[in-house]
Amino acid sequence: MEVKISTPLTKDKIKDLKAGDFVYITGTIYTARDAAHKRMYEAVGNGEKLPLDLTDEVIYYMGPSPAREGRVIGSAGPTTASRMDKYAPTFLDMGQSAMIGKGKRSDAVHEAIVRNGAVYFAAIGGAGALLSKKIKASEVIAYDDLGTEAIRKLTVEDFPVIVVIDSTGRDLYQEVMDK
Amino acid sequence: MKTIHTDDIIKNIKEMCIEANHFYSDDMNRVFCDACKKETSEVGSGIFKQLEENLEIAGKDMIPICQDTGMAVVFLEIGQDLHIEGMNLRDAVNEGVRQGYVDGYLRKSVVNDPIIRENTKDNTPAIIHTDIVPGDELKITIAPKGFGSENMSKQFMLKPADGIEGVKEAIISTVASAGPNACPPFVVGVGIGGTFEYSAILSKKALTRAADSSSDIPYVKELEDEMLEKINALGIGPAGLGGDVTALAVNIETYPTHIAGLPVAINMCCHVNRHSSRVLKGN
Repeated sequence: MEVKISTPLTKDKIKDLKAGDFVYITGTIYTARDAAHKRMYEAVGNGEKLPLDLTDEVIYYMGPSPAREGRVIGSAGPTTASRMDKYAPTFLDMGQSAMIGKGKRSDAVHEAIVRNGAVYFAAIGGAGALLSKKIKASEVIAYDDLGTEAIRKLTVEDFPVIVVIDSTGRDLYQEVMDK
Repeated sequence: MKTIHTDDIIKNIKEMCIEANHFYSDDMNRVFCDACKKETSEVGSGIFKQLEENLEIAGKDMIPICQDTGMAVVFLEIGQDLHIEGMNLRDAVNEGVRQGYVDGYLRKSVVNDPIIRENTKDNTPAIIHTDIVPGDELKITIAPKGFGSENMSKQFMLKPADGIEGVKEAIISTVASAGPNACPPFVVGVGIGGTFEYSAILSKKALTRAADSSSDIPYVKELEDEMLEKINALGIGPAGLGGDVTALAVNIETYPTHIAGLPVAINMCCHVNRHSSRVLKGN
């Protein structure tokens, strides 16, 4: 099924999404990958405030290539999500509602998705140039020193993703392997 | 004796870094187009269309095909009769990579130390493999390697008794466990023989061989064909969402090895498999 959806992605909007749905996201998403997740995880451990309120937010696992002059962003495809598996359950438990990446997730992430009524989307790996066209604005909001790994606030329009793990726990990759 | 100046090397490496990241190589274009026609699943065909569109946009608008513009792997085949003048060769290669990645708007994806992990900000150092060959030319091959696929690569120290069946098992199991993570459809580079480290270098060299080429050794060509067929039969499909095409090519390189060993390395690569080669002739 094809679904158009706008942020914030509340749990209410997510519950109707099914594994295999083609979803087009419009609104605000945030980027964070290995280094930013590690920093935020350590901040939580130290009782420090995070640079953003994660409630109902979408985190896109992505580090862009530099933008040419006059462009919003460079190539912007997803990175392998399993590298964030160590950190994701903590942030899902804190209210983050969606993740965009590519590739398989761990059992712990799977459980955290179901426990929180969240969702894991895949964007097409290697389609970075195409995906960059769906990003209308980009602003670094934290961890500027991390360069490509900084937390960026992105404004997106019809950003194409596929539901891989829905809030009931159905896993599209698993279903493909079982076949 | 011919001479090449490092300025020439720097210029060519810079251009190759930018070219490899924005344009599909001819051999990859051929195997991709062939594979496109073979994909019968609806989702798989849809993914192929998106990947095709992505390639068009990348070349037309000069946006890197993939945001992971990779760690620069550089193979240098230096003719024994060639003299290189100018700066230190290693420094020149790194300067070429630096210029390519900075001036070419490519991502800086290299950290200075595997544990401390501070970004070097210019995508250097490159990984440089050097070979001395007959003649007086310098062949440079650049293969910017993304780590989504690199991380799914494996090496096995098999026993001679494991034989070719053991090798097949190693290849298939590595591909199966990569699944969606290495951005299928894959190009799979395999190195069989040598030593622990040499099998890995062979597997990366295999990735730089034309994707539509076959091994010169008959049994190895048969193995390449069989592995491609068996990998496609896994049904992982484009982007790991199911389909007929899971790999575009399997390239295998072999080398003599120890009587007690059968090293096998499998270097996974995504459907882009960036590589660019140039031969520099001196003066």
